[in-house]
Amino acid sequence: MLFISQLINGLQLGSIYALVALGYSMVYGIIMLLNFAHGDIIMVGGYIAMLIITAGINPAVAVVAAIVGCAVLAMVIEKIAYKPLRSAPRISLLITAIGVSMLLQNLAQLVFSANARPFPSTNIINAANLQLGSVQISVSAIVTIAVSVISMILLTLLVQKTRMGKAMRAVSEDMGAAQLMGINVDRTVSFTFAVGSVLAGIGSVLYCCRYPVLTPTMGSLLGLKAFVAAVLGGIGSIPGAMIGGFAIGLAEVFVTSIGLSEWTDGIVFAILIVVLLFRPTGFMGRSMSEKV
Amino acid sequence: MKKKMRILSLVLSVVMTVSLFAGCSGNGGSAGGSDTIKVGLLAPATGEVAEYGIAVSNGAKLYISELNEKGGINGKKIELVSYDEEGDEAKALTGYSSLVDQGVTAIIGDVTTAPTAAVVVESQQDNMPMITASATAEKITCKLDDNGNVLSVYKNMFRSCFIDPFQGEKMASFAFEKLNAKTAAVLYNSGSDYSVGLYKAFVAKAKELGLEVVAEESYGTDAVDFQAQLTNIASKKPDVLFVPDYYKTIALIAQQAKNAGLTASMLGGDGWASIMDVIQDASLLNGAYFCSGYSTQDTSEAVQTFLTNYKAKYDSEPNMFAAQAYDAAAILCAALAKAEEQKLTAGSDEYKQAVIDAMKATDMDCVTGHITFDDYNNPQKTAVIINIDGGEAKFWGNY
Repeated sequence: MLFISQLINGLQLGSIYALVALGYSMVYGIIMLLNFAHGDIIMVGGYIAMLIITAGINPAVAVVAAIVGCAVLAMVIEKIAYKPLRSAPRISLLITAIGVSMLLQNLAQLVFSANARPFPSTNIINAANLQLGSVQISVSAIVTIAVSVISMILLTLLVQKTRMGKAMRAVSEDMGAAQLMGINVDRTVSFTFAVGSVLAGIGSVLYCCRYPVLTPTMGSLLGLKAFVAAVLGGIGSIPGAMIGGFAIGLAEVFVTSIGLSEWTDGIVFAILIVVLLFRPTGFMGRSMSEKV
Repeated sequence: MKKKMRILSLVLSVVMTVSLFAGCSGNGGSAGGSDTIKVGLLAPATGEVAEYGIAVSNGAKLYISELNEKGGINGKKIELVSYDEEGDEAKALTGYSSLVDQGVTAIIGDVTTAPTAAVVVESQQDNMPMITASATAEKITCKLDDNGNVLSVYKNMFRSCFIDPFQGEKMASFAFEKLNAKTAAVLYNSGSDYSVGLYKAFVAKAKELGLEVVAEESYGTDAVDFQAQLTNIASKKPDVLFVPDYYKTIALIAQQAKNAGLTASMLGGDGWASIMDVIQDASLLNGAYFCSGYSTQDTSEAVQTFLTNYKAKYDSEPNMFAAQAYDAAAILCAALAKAEEQKLTAGSDEYKQAVIDAMKATDMDCVTGHITFDDYNNPQKTAVIINIDGGEAKFWGNY
């Protein structure tokens, strides 16, 4: 019974990682950028939701606002910070992403101070646990897992069945050729950032329901672990990010539950190293051959 | 700027001294240097940790001005000589020498751990009686080896605050005696000295009492996810869960403990003090207890009198440091009174030794509880227990 409880814990944590990892993977897939500001976008989403719920407005509005806020923020960042560098060396882009991450953290510190802020309680967070036999399951765990799975199904449909999805796949395959085929690359890249950040916005609300304390630096470790999840699954691959997210979440929970809690973060990053050493493309990654 | 502050503080202390003399002559007593007892106050008044230093200064000054109003000790007034060490080790050492040069016979201070530890070592050569109101580390009153074992006790150094492990012991016996707990679990931060210190003390005391510790789980400093540990703990169904960490972590744990279906009463130490500022829903912690050095909600006469007088003098609420400083001054002055009874000369070696002996024998009621000292010059006193009930933090009592 304990095993089932821990399994649900792992799935809940994993689904948050998966949502964040998807944002990493999609952006990497399309412009080969490790967007290290992705974790901080989640932080901004959390603060937006907090401000709106605190103002006494319906939490549903807060969720929508957090999602829209994240998407708009990501598109603005893409336009201002990344687009001018699209033809620059990859390393410039990476460093810019780290710079954006620091900028967001420091801005949040300026606006909200470095002190921890509570995330207001909502009905979902507060609902009584469900009792299934001897297993207790919190409503927030069920909501988190369900919302993540639904988001992933919608994302897969979007990428596989729509014109925009086709354009995204085309741009990630070969940007130059896609442009020649009449695909608006700028719009497609912007759209990809927006979709990744919509997932981040959903993730931020789910994250705050589970960890109801906001700090300006809350996104950095979360972002880093989601990055590991994306690499584990094969960066650039959408199903890979999902599998990677759940794998990291479950690994963390099981390592902790057998009493090795001090090693949790260490093991997550050890997984990253092992993957990079033996299977650099991850579970689902395509093997990449240098284009000549 | 800092130089100016120092000059200013000197001028201020001169003004204070003059006003003391003025008081003397007003009472018809003879004014003169030998009719005052000089006590040093080493505390930061500027810099990053000024907040603590100012609270300590205010508390100590309040006690001394009250004592002087009552006529001082043995007809002599206490003359407080302040030095602003800005929270800096080197400046604290300079300050210590400066106070010694000015002929103080005892010192209240220092405030934060690092400068206090530096000054203690320096003070050995003078056998200077000292008492800190706020430095909680074990090494303040004892010389430790690298493994934390006590090599020797600094006989001249006392404190009026808890040391870290003391709270762990308190909460274990509180759970056993007052909450009738049979089983306990602990969840601690393995990356924090404070948390580990409280955890070890709690477990040791629990074993001694026969309170069964059914689960010991830990987490790293940056952890935000405790669900796995809490699920393990919940499956053991302990009566109480001791979580010795700071309030931010407690807010996270409170929510996740509910999700994990944990029903145990949570217990904590003084790190919980600001929990009400960061928790989204305090009713999650209903039934929790934590200990603290002091509470403004304490209804005892000593605390209420102190509160009234402090507010009248400074127009603000005294925090734990101010209360502990008030007690430090009280303990020191009681010891000075005993040395005076022996008709020794203030500032002499015999006088200092007499003050130290008297402090060691302290057995008095203070604002933060009844205080005696143990072999390591740490206070054995009652803790204030705060209970969270109906979503509010309430004073439970002294224990």
